[in-house]
Amino acid sequence: MSATPHVLLIEDEPNIAEAIRFLLSRDGLSVTVLDHGAKAMAVMREKVPALVILDLMLPDISGLEILTAMRGERAFRGVPVLMLTAKGQARDREAAEKAGASLFMAKPFANAELMAAVRQLLGA
Amino acid sequence: MIPFSLLVLACLAYVLFLFLVAFWVERRNANRTAGWLRSPWVYTLSLSIYCTAWTFFGAVGYAARSGLEFATIYMGPTLVFIGWWWVLRKLVRIGRQQHITSIADMVSSRYGKSPFLGVVVTLICVASATPYISLQLQSVTLSFQVFASASAVASPVNDPAVISLWVAVGLAVFTILFGTRNLDSREQHTGIVIAIAIEAVVKLVALLAVGMFVVFTLGGGIGPMLDRIAASPMAGWEVDPARWIGLTGLSAAAVLCLPRMFHVTVVENTDENHLATASWAFPLYLMAMSLFVIPIAVMGMELMPRGSNPDLFVLTLPLSEGRGGLAMLAFLGGFSSATSMVIVATIALATMVSNHIVMPIWLRLGPRAAVTGDVRGVVLMSRRMSIGGVLGLGYAYFLLSGGSSALAAIGLIAFVGVAQILPALLGGIYWRGATRMGAALGLGVGSALWVYCLLLPSFGPGAVLSASVMAEGPFGIGWLRPYALFGVIGLDPLIHAVFWSLTLNIIAFCLGSVLTFPGPVERAQAVAFVNVFDGGAGLQGWSKGTADPEALLITAQRILGDEAALGYFQEQAKAQGKGGYLPDPAPEFLDGLEMRLAGSVGAATAHAMLSQLAGRAAVSVEDLIAVASESAQMMEHSAQLESQQAELTRTARALREANEKLTQLSVQKDGFLSQISHELRTPMTSIRAFSEMLMEQDLPPDQAARFSEIIHTEAIRLTRLLDALLDLSVLEAGAVQLNVGLVSVQTILDRALAATEAGRAGRQVVVTRDAEAEQIFLRTDADRLVQVVINLVSNALKYCDALLPELRLVVRQKGGHVTLDVVDNGSGIPKEKQALIFEKFARLTDQTRAGGAGLGLAICREIMENLGGSIAYLPGQGGAAFRVTLPLRMKKPA
Repeated sequence: MSATPHVLLIEDEPNIAEAIRFLLSRDGLSVTVLDHGAKAMAVMREKVPALVILDLMLPDISGLEILTAMRGERAFRGVPVLMLTAKGQARDREAAEKAGASLFMAKPFANAELMAAVRQLLGA
Repeated sequence: MIPFSLLVLACLAYVLFLFLVAFWVERRNANRTAGWLRSPWVYTLSLSIYCTAWTFFGAVGYAARSGLEFATIYMGPTLVFIGWWWVLRKLVRIGRQQHITSIADMVSSRYGKSPFLGVVVTLICVASATPYISLQLQSVTLSFQVFASASAVASPVNDPAVISLWVAVGLAVFTILFGTRNLDSREQHTGIVIAIAIEAVVKLVALLAVGMFVVFTLGGGIGPMLDRIAASPMAGWEVDPARWIGLTGLSAAAVLCLPRMFHVTVVENTDENHLATASWAFPLYLMAMSLFVIPIAVMGMELMPRGSNPDLFVLTLPLSEGRGGLAMLAFLGGFSSATSMVIVATIALATMVSNHIVMPIWLRLGPRAAVTGDVRGVVLMSRRMSIGGVLGLGYAYFLLSGGSSALAAIGLIAFVGVAQILPALLGGIYWRGATRMGAALGLGVGSALWVYCLLLPSFGPGAVLSASVMAEGPFGIGWLRPYALFGVIGLDPLIHAVFWSLTLNIIAFCLGSVLTFPGPVERAQAVAFVNVFDGGAGLQGWSKGTADPEALLITAQRILGDEAALGYFQEQAKAQGKGGYLPDPAPEFLDGLEMRLAGSVGAATAHAMLSQLAGRAAVSVEDLIAVASESAQMMEHSAQLESQQAELTRTARALREANEKLTQLSVQKDGFLSQISHELRTPMTSIRAFSEMLMEQDLPPDQAARFSEIIHTEAIRLTRLLDALLDLSVLEAGAVQLNVGLVSVQTILDRALAATEAGRAGRQVVVTRDAEAEQIFLRTDADRLVQVVINLVSNALKYCDALLPELRLVVRQKGGHVTLDVVDNGSGIPKEKQALIFEKFARLTDQTRAGGAGLGLAICREIMENLGGSIAYLPGQGGAAFRVTLPLRMKKPA
């Protein structure tokens, strides 16, 4: 068993992905970045992540769809998901929580806030 | 001696008596209680108008001049009536069935309701009857003069012109009063029939009384009388067989064709069976009328001074013997003969003139009036004027001819004239092949010859035809001499005229009929006439009409009168099992109605009227044109409705589309705020994250530099987005400041390509341009146009997915517009998204590669609108293609 929990980051904006990856790596987590949603499930099946950070708006399929698919598969049902979105509306938050998101966070976020959420979800 | 004034008084009293009888009968008849008035005896007596003043006075004169030849005038009719079964019965049956109103109507109706033939026959009849009517005026005038000269007291009026004028006027008034009191469907005038029946009795009694007086008082009994006759020069007179046969045939033709005879025999006939009685009673009457002709002639020649007019023996014999009362009776007899003839002849002629000449002209002048005008009033007025006209003609002829000719000669001329109708008439009822053309040719040829060979010469040499024409022929052409046509000389002029006119008439009739083909109506009528005894309605038959019963009723009311029309319609409706006054326009009903209308306005006119109302074709070109233009209007109207309908449909579709678009836009608008929010938050997220990292100050310098660069890039992106948003809002508001100037398309493209040089770096893109086509100078805002082209070119560079990207810039000028197509060779834009690409934030692919704000095409669209042009996606170009259209000279913004 690896001591470092694995985090899957699905984010299409390269700069945002780079920022998050930097923050997580600095905290000793291993990170896989996907810039689209299509291969998300396949990547997860290869290696079940300890946490998924999911952007709501992706160019191909929406983050909500990936979340729904995860919650439909037993292997991923217990995987915590942190939803990120630039659309900070209440409606989006409700939809995300209903689909089974563990936490919901609006962009832009404070780095400390993000890391606190990640740690909480990893049960550290 | 009888004073002249007493004579005039007696005449007036007699006329007044007749008037009252006629009036009373009409009243009784109106109440339908006049059964006996319609007896065969009345019918027979009414036929006696054949015996006019010519017969009453003239037969004696005829006998005194030509011996027994006068009897031919009675033999013809006798033969016709004895053989009634063959000809008269058929004529009467057809007349009743077709509601024939005159001989002209009969001929016209037989030959396809030809208005032309109606006119021809009418003219022949008027031409023939005018001298005949004048003859009656002359005889009445002569008999007045006899009394006047015999009177001891000088007569107040002795001028024949004045006397005959008064007679003519009086007769006209009487005829108008009784002939046009109403419009009967069958032109039957019961009152007048009764009046002439009374007159028939008076003239018979008068002639018999004079005859008895002559035989038993003057002649000394039957035996001595026969001796006297045998001793008279008359007994030795030879009988010319040609004249006998000719005159017998002529009088037989006349009794059928004379308008007045046709009127009483056919038109006034109320019951076909009356003919059976008349077939023996009428010849008997004629015999009685001729019984004493020879004795009176013989005694007259014996007793009267040499040189006295034999035409007046009937009157002068009793007068010279001092028998004033008998003379008075004889005078009234002659008066009766004359008046009854004139009245009936005038009515018959007036009916023809009115129905076949006046009414058609009036209808043609105002075809609309046929349906809308007061036809009834017009018909009555034209009748009255026709009566006046006919009598006026007779009077004029009397004045012109001077009243000199022998009575019999005038009568015979008339006979020959009307005899010209005979071939067409008999041919029409016995020969189905007889055609309109044949009838017209026969009538034309026959009547022309009659006029040339008999009528014109009758005015005397020099009157119309000069003596030289009579003697040597026109222009000296001998074989055209009126009395010696085609070199036939030595014939009696009358027989000569009869021979040539009727022979050529028949030949023309037969040839014309054989060589032409009858029309449909004509064929139907031919069958109806020839096969009249085969039953059936006979008329060409109205198929189920489309006539509006109410329109029919209105027309019928105007022609037949309110009550008569309503009565008929109600009766017909009842027969159809309907209540009210409006029967269905069934064929039988239309047939009956046409017949009734025909009785008032003639067959052709009635047919035309009903055709108009029943919507049947075959009327006239004008009617068809009117109908056509009306239906054209209706078609136009419906086309208008249709186009309105189409327009409404188009509008509805446009509205539906607009609504869909609005809904879509509203959804987009709804998403717009969250879109903007997203677009702003995304760079903001990077900026915040990296700037927080920088603030921690424990980063290696190279990382710090990289983070700073990202922050810078994202800040620029944010600025660009804000700029685009601001630009768009200004453009959308139309508040943009345009900088219009003259610039070539080439310059625009050069600038745009230069600006996108950076985007092309590293990719081999083939740009195709046409320098020549780009030499177009535009008046527009160059910067804004360059902005549009940059957008399109950079879009193409960004999205073109071809392995070897190509970009074509095609410039064309069309009229006052220039188009610029920007075409790449990528896979293009899917059809369902083409409509959305110009909307804000309508990015099609992931923004990583696009890197724009998603506002480019929306801004392009706004710019083009501001430049007075447009931008559209151009499908079917093999790749993504956009067409920019803009005016050559941009209008200055207001």
